[in-house]
Amino acid sequence: MSNELLKIKNLSTSFRIGDEYYAAVDDVTLTLNKNEVLGIVGESGSGKSALAFSIMRLHTRAKIEGEILLNNQNIVKMSTSKLNKIRGDEMAMIFQDPLTALNPLMPIGRQIEENLFLHNKKLGQQGRKKRTIELLNLVGIPRPERVYEQFPHELSGGMRQRIIIAIAIANDPELLIADEPTTALDVTIQAQILDLVRELKEKIHAGIILITHDLGVVAEMADRVAVMYAGQIVEIAPVDKLFANPLHPYTRSLLNSVPAEGQDRLHVIQGVVPTLKNLPRTGCRFAERIPWIDASHHEEHPELHEVESGHFVRCTCYEHFYFPDNKEEQANGVS
Amino acid sequence: MWKFIVRRLLITIPQIIILSIIVFILAQMMPGDALSGLIDPSIDPAAVEQQRERLGLNNPWYIQYVDWVGGILQGDFGQSFRFKMPVTELIGQRMVNTVLLSVVTLIFTYLIALPLGLISGRFNDTLLDQAITGYTYIGFATPLFIFSLFMLWIFGYNLGWFPTSGSVAPGTEPGTIAYWLSKVYHALLPGISIALIQVVSTVQYLRSEIIDTKQKDFIITARAKGAGEQRVYNKHIFRNSLLPIAAFFGWEITTLITGTVFVEKIFSYPGMGLLFLESITQRDFSVANSLVLLFGTAQIMGALLSDIILSIVDPRIRIK
Ligand SMILES: Nc1ncnc2c1ncn2[C@@H]1O[C@H](COP(=O)(O)OP(=O)(O)OP(=O)(O)O)[C@@H](O)[C@H]1O
Ligand code: SF4
Ligand SMILES: [Mg+2]
Repeated sequence: MSNELLKIKNLSTSFRIGDEYYAAVDDVTLTLNKNEVLGIVGESGSGKSALAFSIMRLHTRAKIEGEILLNNQNIVKMSTSKLNKIRGDEMAMIFQDPLTALNPLMPIGRQIEENLFLHNKKLGQQGRKKRTIELLNLVGIPRPERVYEQFPHELSGGMRQRIIIAIAIANDPELLIADEPTTALDVTIQAQILDLVRELKEKIHAGIILITHDLGVVAEMADRVAVMYAGQIVEIAPVDKLFANPLHPYTRSLLNSVPAEGQDRLHVIQGVVPTLKNLPRTGCRFAERIPWIDASHHEEHPELHEVESGHFVRCTCYEHFYFPDNKEEQANGVS
Repeated sequence: MWKFIVRRLLITIPQIIILSIIVFILAQMMPGDALSGLIDPSIDPAAVEQQRERLGLNNPWYIQYVDWVGGILQGDFGQSFRFKMPVTELIGQRMVNTVLLSVVTLIFTYLIALPLGLISGRFNDTLLDQAITGYTYIGFATPLFIFSLFMLWIFGYNLGWFPTSGSVAPGTEPGTIAYWLSKVYHALLPGISIALIQVVSTVQYLRSEIIDTKQKDFIITARAKGAGEQRVYNKHIFRNSLLPIAAFFGWEITTLITGTVFVEKIFSYPGMGLLFLESITQRDFSVANSLVLLFGTAQIMGALLSDIILSIVDPRIRIK
């Protein structure tokens, strides 16, 4: 059998706004191998969650085109009953906001057990409880017996995120999607949750899609990185190659936005991701955010090109790019 | 939870005291007093004055208030001027009827509200939902007493399926099963009429509550676990949506007890509401005041009940 766990082919996810559909994920193609960690980075609104939700097929009102193959089974076309066998079992997800992702009226223990119950009927009541306590221990919950009986509002945000992680890994999923698992948390708690994810990465043997804003985390944990902008992958490469040789102007601007030592201001490229409705659908989507580049350099239909083994970038004219306000740093950082 | 309930109970005490003071002031402002209901106008004024002194009616107001409260606590609400009987006895008879009517109404309200609200929330924007929503709009637009008249006319007079007045068939032996069946039978038509109109707010509330809960993040979590639609609804959406409805319950009871006034009139149903109307038109103030006191107390108790129910079903309150 091949080593390929997830293969996404020409995936487009569109939402209806008014009378028309607009693609929040636009023609994304990527693969994830077993046990591999793929980082996905991109600004707010670039379609990272939309992609993650598409893989889990959690969108209720979206038009999804293309293929999502998990162990060669197409999730896009799958029957709901088959889908429900896979969700929570073969694939699972950790959500962005732990404060709202748990049922406020259900004790913690039951929320974890529900996942066990749905996919492992052989496990009895006792077995489920035993496994739940085990999971609570695994995700670093102190006094699991007590937390088992508690309700979400009695736990802190960090604790709740641990519970959500416990739910996700309950059935040893092969694919684990973590959608910005720390964004909603305090900085100190963020570090703890990241430690946990790091630790679990060694323990659970899952292919992981790690969505984050934190390039430091990506550099440390991911094997490969995909950079998303306006619903598209603009650059995807093994992690060392991406950091050593970022080619797309957007990737470069993101790398620049990592706070360097002694520098308190983030260097973020000016402007924001355009809203779905206002996305330029022809020509390069990023062009409008680098107005100082001579228009003649832009491509009409930028496609992903392989520039070195495993390193794809949606641009052939990257050599023309520069950032006018701090070229020196650029030269040092990029080398 | 107990802490919360005790604290909540303590709040009701000042509420009730304030209510009683207001009712007492009302009673003082109205013409006549406990005596005027009892005595014959031809009796010698001097003798009346002597009686007044004896009954404490010439005492300062605060002593009278304490006496009055003391009497109420012992179940003495004074005398009815019109019926020439103790108010307590009079209200007691009527209260049984109103409570019965309220229970019947409540049962029908929930029998109608739960399925309609759940269906229309779950399948929102389908034809079925539109039909149910249409009904709620009609319900909102229809005045209860006109609808009651209409029901009475169709099912009471035209079809003859239900009695058109009273609370029990004449001649039935009190306390027998036949007597109670007859009582329920008499409460049925007014109860259903109130329920059909009053239910619409609960239906709409439940509907929007479900539509709201449906798109909460924890529902996505449940789906991500592989829970099927049925399970998502039964275990996650319904429970969370029913919570505010449970809190409604106490409130619903009070609006029923105090709000059936005109319906009782239309169905000539001898409950507290009808008694209230009669006592006002007949200037039977001791009765009217006692009823205001009871209605007010019911209101306070209903709110208390709502909060207690909520504290039992909602763990977020239970803990505090
Ligand atoms: N259900 C929806 N209906 C309509 N538009 C949507 C929906 N979900 C997402 N979008 C739009 O799709 C785009 C991508 O959103 P998405 O949530 O995937 O961004 P993201 O990369 O996850 O951002 P963040 O870092 O803030 O989580 C945004 O413009 C968003 O407004
Ligand atoms: S160079 Fe090419 S890909 Fe890049 S911004 Fe211009 S057109 Fe877009
Ligand atoms: Mg997101």
